[in-house]
Amino acid sequence: MSHGSGTARRTALYDAHVAAGAKLVDFAGWAMPIQYAGIVQEHRRVRETVGLFDVSHMGEFMVEGTGALESLERITTNRVSDLDIGRVQYSALCYEHGGFIDDLLVYRLDEGYMLVVNAANKDKDLEWVLGHVGGGTEVRDVSEETALIAIQGPCSQPVLSRVTDGDLEAIGYYHSASADVAGRPVLVSRTGYTGEDGFEIYCGLDQARPIWDALMEAGAEDDVEPVGLGCRDTLRLEMGYALYGNDIDDTRTPVEAGLLWITKLKKGDFIGRDAIQAAKDGGARERLIGFELEGRGVARHGHTITGGGRAVGTVTSGTFSPSLERAVGLGYVSVDWTGDIAVDVRGRTIQARRVGLPFYKKGSVRRGA
Amino acid sequence: MGDRDLRFTKTHEWISVEGDVATIGITDYAQKELGDIVFVELPEEGATFSAGDVLTTVESVKSVSEIYSPVSGETVEVNGELDGSPGLVNTDAHGGGWIVRIKMSDASELAGLMSPEQYEEHTKG
Repeated sequence: MSHGSGTARRTALYDAHVAAGAKLVDFAGWAMPIQYAGIVQEHRRVRETVGLFDVSHMGEFMVEGTGALESLERITTNRVSDLDIGRVQYSALCYEHGGFIDDLLVYRLDEGYMLVVNAANKDKDLEWVLGHVGGGTEVRDVSEETALIAIQGPCSQPVLSRVTDGDLEAIGYYHSASADVAGRPVLVSRTGYTGEDGFEIYCGLDQARPIWDALMEAGAEDDVEPVGLGCRDTLRLEMGYALYGNDIDDTRTPVEAGLLWITKLKKGDFIGRDAIQAAKDGGARERLIGFELEGRGVARHGHTITGGGRAVGTVTSGTFSPSLERAVGLGYVSVDWTGDIAVDVRGRTIQARRVGLPFYKKGSVRRGA
Repeated sequence: MGDRDLRFTKTHEWISVEGDVATIGITDYAQKELGDIVFVELPEEGATFSAGDVLTTVESVKSVSEIYSPVSGETVEVNGELDGSPGLVNTDAHGGGWIVRIKMSDASELAGLMSPEQYEEHTKG
């Protein structure tokens, strides 16, 4: 709770969070705002207007040099050669056995590539990347000098456009561009983790606070407010987006996680390919599904999913969906069980219903733009 | 009902006593820590509890929390309004957000509870 952040590292926006009355928690060694006014209110703000996230705890690696493309093709699951300059791609790092090391974003920039990884996995990822890139590849961890602000919600573009000279309309979904924001040179991408339209702004540590303040001022007429990691989790879960450590980890392959779409088995050899192919060919015994509870209660990570009176799976993420006003969750269920399911919520069996993802279908995100 | 009449537990329940019936809820401090409350699992009327037993659970968006009975006794009334409006615990924790009324079997247990001042000190720790 609020006391737990004494030894945690502070982002460049720490003082702004304290001034805004944030509840700070230790997240992967960083003092991060979990909420300001309340998770539900912040969640609705992002769905309806616009909110600002500090996600500076994320890790960023620059991968450059003549061998960068070949190296990344070998260590990530998606097809890196598809990326024109300015494209952003969702991808994964996997072990030889096919389990996830991490999920990540790969940015193709003018001068090379940028990998954006989960804070909790950053050190592990860096060690893996350094240990597996080929010749002619230079890897730099720039996490310590990079702040990251995510502006998310249907009003994101109007707000950001007031403080940038960049042509935001020209930045399509999962594309990036260099631009000046509040007079500072930054990298802007139309990405996010919420299901709403929005942008992520990568900048230097000194630039984060002036940019944050400028966005708060420019967004006043659209009711912009800072929003915390609490609603980031409910927003992503309503979209069915996987969270590393909850829904995916080193015991799960992209086949089980429903992430074959970021796994290009025909692109040539890459680390984990054979194991993932084997899982696809019938080796995967469980699949990640979405469900909603039909009775009262909330399923949580680790609860057992039952079917026909026995355990058939495990909940990996669960919450009360503020948008749908019912309890939803993700979990792995045996491929052999196609019948009705329920969730054991602390000894109470609550009926559940399988539902397709995303749970929330009305987001403003510009798919395929 | 002012806070002056309330007694508090280390586990963040409040209790208000009238005769041998105790009204129990979670404190304003606790509701703020829990955040938006979405379900309150109400005990059954007639259920008996010993002091320190789990009385019920409260689910917020981010977590689940167990509520302990500050006293021993039998449940004589539950706040049915929480079924449809669990958010009452957030908006009026010490009033409309009450959870159960228990007919106490041992009023001497009240002596071990905290005063408002002691509780305030406790939550600063």
